Amino acid sequence: MSPFGLLPMRAWASLFSQVLRPSGLVCIREVHFHSQVSEAVLTSQLKPHQEKSNFIIKTPKGTRDLSPQQMVVREKILDMVVGCFKRHGAKRLDTPAFELKEMLTEKYGEDSGLIYDLKDQGGELLSLRYDLTVPFARYLAMYKVKKMKRYQVGKVWRRESPTIVQGRYREFCQCDFDIAGQFDPMIPDAECLKIMCEILSGLQLGDFLIKVNDRRILDGMLAVCGVPESKFHAICTSIDKLDKISWNDVRHEMVAKKGLAPEVADRIGDYVQCHGGVSLVEEMFQDSRLSQNKQALEGLGDLKLLFEYLTLFGIAEKISFDLSLARGLDYYTGVIYEAVLLQTPAQAEESFNVGSVAAGGRYDGLVGMFDPRGHKVPCVGLSIGVERIFAILEQRMKTSGQKIRTTETQVFVATPQKNFLHERLKLISELWDAGIKAELLYKNNPKLLTQLHYCEQMGIPLVVIIGEQELKEGVIKLRSVASREEVAIKRENLVAEIQKTLSES
Amino acid sequence: MAERAAVEELVRLQGERVRVLKQQKASAEQIEEEVAKLLKLKAQLGPDEGKQKFVLKTPKGTRDYSPRQMAVREKVFDVIISCFKRHGAEVIDTPVFELKETLTGKYGEDSKLIYDLKDQGGELLSLRYDLTVPFARYLAMNKLTNIKRYHIAKVYRRDNPAMTRGRYREFYQCDFDIAGQFDPMIPDAECLKIMCEILSSLQIGDFLVKVNDRRILDGMFAICGVPDSKFRTICSSVDKLDKVSWEEVKNEMVGEKGLAPEVADRIGDYVQQHGGVSLVEELLQDPELSQNKQALEGLGDLKLLFEYLTLFGIADKISFDLSLARGLDYYTGVIYEAVLLQTPVRAGEEPLGVGSVAAGGRYDGLVGMFDPKGRKVPCVGLSIGVERIFSIVEQRLEALEEKVRTTETQVLVASAQKKLLEERLKLVSELWDAGIKAELLYKKNPKLLNQLQYCEEAGIPLVAIIGEQELKDGVIKLRSVASREEVDVRREDLVEEIKRRTSQPLCIC
Repeated sequence: MSPFGLLPMRAWASLFSQVLRPSGLVCIREVHFHSQVSEAVLTSQLKPHQEKSNFIIKTPKGTRDLSPQQMVVREKILDMVVGCFKRHGAKRLDTPAFELKEMLTEKYGEDSGLIYDLKDQGGELLSLRYDLTVPFARYLAMYKVKKMKRYQVGKVWRRESPTIVQGRYREFCQCDFDIAGQFDPMIPDAECLKIMCEILSGLQLGDFLIKVNDRRILDGMLAVCGVPESKFHAICTSIDKLDKISWNDVRHEMVAKKGLAPEVADRIGDYVQCHGGVSLVEEMFQDSRLSQNKQALEGLGDLKLLFEYLTLFGIAEKISFDLSLARGLDYYTGVIYEAVLLQTPAQAEESFNVGSVAAGGRYDGLVGMFDPRGHKVPCVGLSIGVERIFAILEQRMKTSGQKIRTTETQVFVATPQKNFLHERLKLISELWDAGIKAELLYKNNPKLLTQLHYCEQMGIPLVVIIGEQELKEGVIKLRSVASREEVAIKRENLVAEIQKTLSES
Repeated sequence: MAERAAVEELVRLQGERVRVLKQQKASAEQIEEEVAKLLKLKAQLGPDEGKQKFVLKTPKGTRDYSPRQMAVREKVFDVIISCFKRHGAEVIDTPVFELKETLTGKYGEDSKLIYDLKDQGGELLSLRYDLTVPFARYLAMNKLTNIKRYHIAKVYRRDNPAMTRGRYREFYQCDFDIAGQFDPMIPDAECLKIMCEILSSLQIGDFLVKVNDRRILDGMFAICGVPDSKFRTICSSVDKLDKVSWEEVKNEMVGEKGLAPEVADRIGDYVQQHGGVSLVEELLQDPELSQNKQALEGLGDLKLLFEYLTLFGIADKISFDLSLARGLDYYTGVIYEAVLLQTPVRAGEEPLGVGSVAAGGRYDGLVGMFDPKGRKVPCVGLSIGVERIFSIVEQRLEALEEKVRTTETQVLVASAQKKLLEERLKLVSELWDAGIKAELLYKKNPKLLNQLQYCEEAGIPLVAIIGEQELKDGVIKLRSVASREEVDVRREDLVEEIKRRTSQPLCIC
């Protein structure tokens, strides 16, 4: 307990400093521009025991920096994802980080409260984008584009409650691929699923499964079970929880909390616990209740066609028609899908359940909400959950103890003697001009051991060593960091020799 | 009821006004303003008043990048990133917004241009204004004492946008910085080497890098007799010398900023000078300047810098220019700015700078502003002004009539007859699985002509055509879109053949 009462000593100190410090000196720079003077002021302000300010250095809640190691993992993932999108002929698009607030209003249903708004600073009212789909629809309507196959990689922002699942960020990266346009049914939809499979296989995340359902089947099913239309959305939300909790719990929620009649709940249960391949689609076609519903039949018909195409694409065994899939966002109108990783028992133990890693569906009505005349452009697409994949791969790299190189430097320019800075600078400039990735220490007279140590730390494979002896002889020593073997190269052949050595390794 | 009628009348009148403005081709800002008024009025009438409540646009000062612009952008980034990597830089990323207090007090007068987020009950946040302050925050937060990093990301400034001149409110920055206590001027020289490598590789024309030093500027002002309190404002005047004449600058300093005319004249003697290392030597001998400790420090460092730049082979691109007095407050040592040179109108005329495309300098005090104990980490770095470069490269490609492909598709899988969708799906899947970039039309029975036309428009070099007869024979027709030559390839050899033909890297430029 400090002599000043209940506050800890530190708090008193900073309180005093606030009071005693003349206003305006919080920022030195605003008062003085002359750097020497500001230096003096800065130093006089900072006494060793005094805290500079109450200010804690951190990133905002729910956001984070990515270190060089983390960036290597991220870039690997993005290269794979973008490579796949390109392989399928998509064009890249980019849109601003924020949109006019009115663009985003009424597109996200209940989630609208999670949108970050910008402060009204006298201009337009703006909000940070919540996903990449609504901006895409806005783009299509704005430029009157009727057909487009596009991908977009970018950050989105959501003011998620901090009490939600750990690892749910407020700023995160999405990779979207979408096909807009009026086409023959289910071909683009099938390609989206093919892309999801290619990406998830390519990232080697282990076994995965893609659940597929259809908005019309869901709606039809709810109708034939006797769910009042007004409760559709609420019931869907409950059904969607079936991947995390048991049917009994879901049923209980529907009856007790959402006021659904128990018989209706039971009828739903008969359906939503079903999942299977195309045979389930056939079965549902024959279902006495469902086959009476026009919507459901449409959906089932499209799923049947989809499965045909998926078979031709060689991925049908990864797809499961799952009647409990009832994804969040309001704008889906047709097929919907979600990819989940199948955990090994070991992973389940680690309780590293990341949930879905990719999802998407068909949304034929969204562009029409933007178009002044309501013209529709049918769309189908997918979004890869980069952050979750990132978490898995990062974890994997940590446990494997694998060393990740954070630079691509190929050659280090070193010297064992003093007064050789000029030679090193000349030499490295030659290497850079030849396109070789090279570094040197920013020291006039570094020790050879320090330089070699740096190479080992950074994983640089080759060193070129120049010294008095080598200068006299007109050679450079080329040394392999790993094997420590050295060979003398004629100065004029250096670039060629290095390129040869690099291409051989 | 009457109230509603009154509003409806106002809507009608305002609508007319907008129409007239558009007819008269009034300025976009003016039209926008009047449209906004119109919408506000319409909103008063209630939700049943028309479907559309808003104008389809991106926020002021921002834009979408079309696929074509993205292709250009990717090319430019590839050049820049490969240069940064060649110099051994790591890469980091930081969030798009920071705590408001992180950005407070770092940008001087420009602070009013920061975008704030609305107070929604949590932390007060602002969008990042540049990548340098986040970098300093990152260093302090992680207690790093040295790092060489690059960072490419968008930053946000509530400036007056001038989109035709490439001035946006949301724009990319490509930063490279070296943090750490090292032997003098080596990292600084490498930054200049990097700037030169990038600008040369981008092939956007001749350029010049102006170099100066904060300490020389400050020393010079001191010995000329500029009062401390006027340092910054005189700096901004001097900085305009690249755009306006000395006479105008002098007028501003004397007439608007209250500087004594003799002081202005003394400044004029210095700031109109630029040259190579010989100018550095000259100034080291200057009777007044050499009395000033700061200026001597700066000149000494510049001399050393020029030695290194000579060894790097770029000294001829560097000009020591005493009028360079760049904006941001946090520079403490060497400062530099790269400008593109227009070809002279007449022989013998000096080339005019057309605006800077890259800039940077040394800032040794910034990290210390974040560190709780004020521990300093000296930094030097550069920022590439890519938005300007994008438009230059775009223009160049247009002038050369180079077709910029927006996809990298190598093969279109086509059918010559009806009812071959299944075969197309199977084949395209095979190609994808083999890593070949392929597409097909989303039609069950597309016409061959349409498929070929699609290839021509998209610049797809090859078509794999499936036909009934070929199916029976076990072959696919592989056709070159450019030459129209066709050859039958056995189904099992197709992947190999396509790979062989596409092994020359696609040149998108």
